[in-house]
Amino acid sequence: MDSHTIAAQTAEPAQIELEHPPFLRHHFENLAQQREAATFGMWVFLLTEIMFFGGLFCAYLVFRNWYYPAFVAGSHTLHIWAGTLNTTLLIISSFTMAMAVHAAEVRHRVPLMRWMIVTIILGVGFLCVKGYEWHDEWVHHHVPGLNFSIEEFTHVNPAYPGDKPLAPDMAEKTQLYYSLYFAMTGMHALHMVIGVCLLTILLIRAQAGAYTNGHIAPVENFGLYWHFVDIIWIFLFPLLYLISRHQ
Amino acid sequence: MEQHQQEHHHHLPHPEMGPSEPTHTPFRIVSPKTYLIIACCLLFLTASTTAISYVELGVFNAVVAIAIACLKASLVVLFFMHIKYSSKLTKLTVCSGIFTFLVLITMTMTDYISRAWGRW
Repeated sequence: MDSHTIAAQTAEPAQIELEHPPFLRHHFENLAQQREAATFGMWVFLLTEIMFFGGLFCAYLVFRNWYYPAFVAGSHTLHIWAGTLNTTLLIISSFTMAMAVHAAEVRHRVPLMRWMIVTIILGVGFLCVKGYEWHDEWVHHHVPGLNFSIEEFTHVNPAYPGDKPLAPDMAEKTQLYYSLYFAMTGMHALHMVIGVCLLTILLIRAQAGAYTNGHIAPVENFGLYWHFVDIIWIFLFPLLYLISRHQ
Repeated sequence: MEQHQQEHHHHLPHPEMGPSEPTHTPFRIVSPKTYLIIACCLLFLTASTTAISYVELGVFNAVVAIAIACLKASLVVLFFMHIKYSSKLTKLTVCSGIFTFLVLITMTMTDYISRAWGRW
């Protein structure tokens, strides 16, 4: 006889569900421990992601120090309105994701779905703005390896008349800036795409009531992933967009 | 025989459980009002970091930008990711991750700075 059968013989139905809900796996002692283990596992994964992006941030740190004028020139070609808008979209999407987790916790199915849908829309909005920016870089010959040209940097930039044009060897270093820009924002965008896809799957399961019966761990832990992707952008934005705008 | 089996499988969730108790941390639901306040703080900090970047602060521009980014990240980690309300295990996990990341950055930078490759 297993523990569930024993409980069925000795307790009332409501108490059975309290003691042994269907989503409690048998290798966990109780629900609290299961949630704790899942959250711990998710955090360990996020820490590996921090180290992953950390490598790119390290490369950025070194090259920005070595070739500062090239990084300033590169940063000035980015649209600050696009970066600020993207940051705003992601912060609001973090808020809506936190609200979705809350809806799961208080077992409100329709609000949970609504908050998830808003989060998906904001995430897709972020990707659209990013796509527009990347297209803009491509048009201006700023994509290393595709059509990169230092033409723009060896002449005076009309938007920043105080900036001296770069010597050709320093102008070549702007390729490093753009390589890092595309690598970092590209990796971040890939994480966003994965997040939006996962969230869509969770939305479909939420519609079937899978997360409003006490089994909140998937929504909670996806929330951790989403907030983490937001934090990465919170650091990317000032480093890439806000270099020496004071001119 | 039945009595023995009833005593053996006793799985009532109870705050004062035995030595095999996995966690003391109560399950706390954070209020939407808290989330809204934190979101407004984050939006305000975003506006500030953009505005401050237009003010000439010399080398401190980068310092202030990173400091504001760290503050925003802390708010997200503490409140949106519930670390403020988490168990010691979860808090320790996050802190150890931050520590390891700082080791990554610091040791890499000391490596570069200590080699006279003509850049510094």
